Amino acid sequence: MQMLEDPNLIEVNYEFRKRLVGIGFLMLIGIALIALHWSSRTEYFSGIGLIVFLVLFLSLTAYAIWSVRTSRGNSLWADAWKRLLKNKLAVFGLGVVWFMVLLVAVGPTLVYWLNGFTPDYIPSGVDGGDRVRSFPPSLMHPMGTDDQGRDLLARVLQGGRISLMVGIISTVVSLIVGVSWGAIAGFLGGRIDNIMMRVVDIIYSIPYILVVIVLLSVFGGPNTNFLIGLIPVAITAGITLALLAWLGGRAYRRLKEHFAGRVRPGLLKVLMVVFALLTIAIIVEGMLLNAWMHTAFLGNIGAWIAEKFLASAGQGLSQIFLLFFALGLVSWLTMARVVRGQILSLKNQEFVLAARATGVSTFGIIFRHLVPNALGPVIIYATLTVPSVMLAEAFLSFLGLGVQAPYASWGSLASDGIKNIQIFPWQMIFPGVTMALTLFSLNFLGDGLRDALDPQTRKF
Amino acid sequence: MIGFILRRLLIIIPMALLVVSLTWGLIRVAPGNFYSDERSLPPAIEENIKRKYGLDKPWYQQYFLMLGNVTCRTAPDGDTSTTGFRFGLFGTQFKCFDFGDSVKYLGKSVNEIIFTHLPYSATIGFLAYILALILGLIFGNIAALKQNSAWDYGSMTSAMLGLSVPNFVLGPILVIVFSLWLYWLPPARWGGVANIIMPVITLSAIYMAYIARLTRAGMLEVMRSDYIRTARAKGLDEKSVLLRHGIRGGIIPVVSYTGPALAGLLAGTVVVEKVFAIPGLGNIFIQSVLNRDEPLTLGIVAFLSILIMIFNLIVDIAYGFLDPRIRYE
Amino acid sequence: MSNNATILSVKDLKTYFQTEDGIVKAVDGISFELEKGETLGIVGESGSGKSVTNLSVMRLIPEPPGKIVGGEIVFDGIDVRALPIEDVRKIRGKRIAMIFQDPMTSLNPFLKISTQLMEVTRLHLGHSKEEAYEHGVKMLEMVGIPDPRSRMDGYPHELSGGMRQRIMIAMALSCDPELLIADEPTTALDVTIQAQILELIKDLRSRMGTSVILITHDLGVVAGMTDKIVVMYAGKVFEQATTRELFATPANPYTKGLLKSVPDPAHEQGKELYQIPGLPPDVAHLPPGCPFAERCDRAVELCTNEYPPFVQINADHHSLCHFAKEVYEESKIEHSASLAKTKR
Repeated sequence: MQMLEDPNLIEVNYEFRKRLVGIGFLMLIGIALIALHWSSRTEYFSGIGLIVFLVLFLSLTAYAIWSVRTSRGNSLWADAWKRLLKNKLAVFGLGVVWFMVLLVAVGPTLVYWLNGFTPDYIPSGVDGGDRVRSFPPSLMHPMGTDDQGRDLLARVLQGGRISLMVGIISTVVSLIVGVSWGAIAGFLGGRIDNIMMRVVDIIYSIPYILVVIVLLSVFGGPNTNFLIGLIPVAITAGITLALLAWLGGRAYRRLKEHFAGRVRPGLLKVLMVVFALLTIAIIVEGMLLNAWMHTAFLGNIGAWIAEKFLASAGQGLSQIFLLFFALGLVSWLTMARVVRGQILSLKNQEFVLAARATGVSTFGIIFRHLVPNALGPVIIYATLTVPSVMLAEAFLSFLGLGVQAPYASWGSLASDGIKNIQIFPWQMIFPGVTMALTLFSLNFLGDGLRDALDPQTRKF
Repeated sequence: MIGFILRRLLIIIPMALLVVSLTWGLIRVAPGNFYSDERSLPPAIEENIKRKYGLDKPWYQQYFLMLGNVTCRTAPDGDTSTTGFRFGLFGTQFKCFDFGDSVKYLGKSVNEIIFTHLPYSATIGFLAYILALILGLIFGNIAALKQNSAWDYGSMTSAMLGLSVPNFVLGPILVIVFSLWLYWLPPARWGGVANIIMPVITLSAIYMAYIARLTRAGMLEVMRSDYIRTARAKGLDEKSVLLRHGIRGGIIPVVSYTGPALAGLLAGTVVVEKVFAIPGLGNIFIQSVLNRDEPLTLGIVAFLSILIMIFNLIVDIAYGFLDPRIRYE
Repeated sequence: MSNNATILSVKDLKTYFQTEDGIVKAVDGISFELEKGETLGIVGESGSGKSVTNLSVMRLIPEPPGKIVGGEIVFDGIDVRALPIEDVRKIRGKRIAMIFQDPMTSLNPFLKISTQLMEVTRLHLGHSKEEAYEHGVKMLEMVGIPDPRSRMDGYPHELSGGMRQRIMIAMALSCDPELLIADEPTTALDVTIQAQILELIKDLRSRMGTSVILITHDLGVVAGMTDKIVVMYAGKVFEQATTRELFATPANPYTKGLLKSVPDPAHEQGKELYQIPGLPPDVAHLPPGCPFAERCDRAVELCTNEYPPFVQINADHHSLCHFAKEVYEESKIEHSASLAKTKR
């Protein structure tokens, strides 16, 4: 107890508690995803899953707001948050994005409860075979129906999941590739830098549509070799597994250290078992989601997993997943340039020299010392990548290369609607406006982040 | 300076070859063939097709044959094909830039297809580029100079809208308003000036928005700098401060964006061509990729990549003129 | 010059900035006067408001966030604050010229030196292109730039910091201004170059009869240059006196601290250099009492609670301190003691 009186140690303890809460944050996200998954399972009526998800989602929001409100000191991040919250447009953007995430998460289930429509439900009989089935908005169908008679609201909500997933997953892929590439090129410099940047130049001048199409057909076409098809499965499974296991193990050790000696040994054991079980559950869920993405390649096993454990036996989803991947793989170029520039300006500073003098490896210097210091521009650019990737997906869907039926995204819904825009304008307007609103908000959020994180643009 | 330009022009050759090789590799890695969509062919016919297009040879031979054809090689004896550019030198017949015939548009050479469809795309793309540059610079400057005024908010919100509305949504909306309601403009097809107004606006919207935002940010940054304060301390009025001292530094980010913007415009014409039924190169390119029309894809990719590299070079040169601190040796 | 007419008088100037942390009173009630041909030094740490004072005189405060909220600026009988901005522009560069701290960023990197030099005289003196060019060459020659003709067509980045500052000076003096404001003209330069630039300003001042305001944080710089000194702290005048008197008998603990922290190689070798403890206060949240109280070695309770008075010591000497008179007397004793020491 005496040790705690040292102000430095109190600070350390405070930091530690914050980090523990951070681990809890990740765990909660994991549990929320599991709950959401089970709520959308089995024809959309697992109410408990939905309620668990809602509670977790709201408490995560509350936690985020609380931690920002109570953040101490004038660290760069706390300052940036305060500035961000003063920017009305950015807060508006953040609010809309938050609401969209919530809406697409619980929306399809809610629509099913309220009106009894799933996104794929095609009414039959009532109007007879050839009659027009596209109805304008009404109480029953707030956004009208598409030309097959499917409820557009349910489809827009369901499509939003894919659109937002495109944004997030592709951005993460482009982040991983772009940041590593740029950081390594910038740090090593000289000839390697030159070659790596020429590669970026060359890829810049290959039309990205070609790359996307080829990636899609190489790894996801009907003639794909099973082993080749397995490559993306293996990559994503490996990354998910490694990441989750690493995070879980770290958190496990930290928790154990923290609680050892503070609670009774019996209770500690129970706590740790619960924690381990939760971690394992999240890992299993991650693997299941991974399998779900690739059901087409796992053949019978995939179909069995899909049928037994997952909401849909969606064969087409693997195609969508590849689309995420392909879009990510073509949108990392600018990120690499941005990061390289940052690293170039950082690498000659004293702290790098100090790190090298204490024997930190090159890898450690790049990823533990340099990349975190270049995080500001990376975050800014990532926020702006999300809308641009979503636009690219919409563009591909318009060309008929993006999300394939029976799945839909905002882009594919809007481009489907264009065909009938004169007769059934709602078919394009609703998905188009939803998408534009989301992109609008994401852009405002990105702008706000830039103003908040870049001290250059401060007013005084 | 001249040495720099020459060197950069020379570098384009290996870079373009690399792009072509990569594209060729990508197409070859993808499973399937241009004839694999059709009903299963009798083996004899498949053999014939393979022989005709040289697909029976080992892949490396095919690759080097392709490289030779698309650059320069001696014309084989008795070669009567009209693809590529021929000339005689030292008594030998040479044949250059030969991408062969399209495998889907039978009887048409790749070069012929490119040069018949390019003018449509180039017209729209170039006009959209100019429009985006002019309006983007004007709006960006207005927003920066009247920071936090209604002008600023107005132009930046519309720029945001321009960035957020997909152009395949914007195009049809324009058609509905101006063709179907107001009867001002023809809805589609190639023709007079009236026909290209809407395609150009649709295509330029997103770039206009981006340039306006870049200009505003660049100008705001420059107008805060020390040398602008010096210029004001000299007693210059705001107009001279802006036009003589501010604008050069302010538009540098815009200049460096024009390279990527051009690449985007070339890809973006696809949507506009589809929406407005214009027979441009973008659509041909997408079709060629989907049809596995390898010669046509290769030809268009080579052509576009060289175009983009040349534009990037022009951007770099312009950069050097704008910023005297950059010296090219 | 001969008759001691006042060229610039600043009375109770207040320039505030609106920031996220609230209103920053960067300059809060500054007054001083400058006679024709005189040189005034304004001394203070960074953030004390010395630059803002002079930008206010030129009406160059970026607005928003800044605003001159009160006071009077009279330049040669003209109320600068009340002047429409077009008329202020006729004064800027022609009658009042300014040199800035960082010659690296104060010259436009995109324009030729000739363009930047010529535009001043073309604007204010109505020179033709040729006249302006010749005048520019003459000015470069005057500030000691070798081979001025070839320099005219160069760009700023081709020159060293000292050369650039010479060009800034040439630019500032090309319309023969009545008042030159030099805002830390030597801070960004090497020590040897510093001396050259100061010598140049001194020389040009005596040749052209220009009044000068020299802003600096370095007391060593103002010592040999100025007639009067204003010491600023946290946006306020802490002490004001003739140079001779201020150096000999300071009446403010802050000034004393500053004087003590000037390194003096002549004596007391090996002794640790004096440092005023602590940091300048956050101007957005000033305490009710004396802003220097927290760092002052003789602060008493009164200092933290009550704002100090601006005490007049004699005709030309003022000090913002509860104990101004006492400090003055102490300084006097110390001064005579050290005089006696050097005599012996």
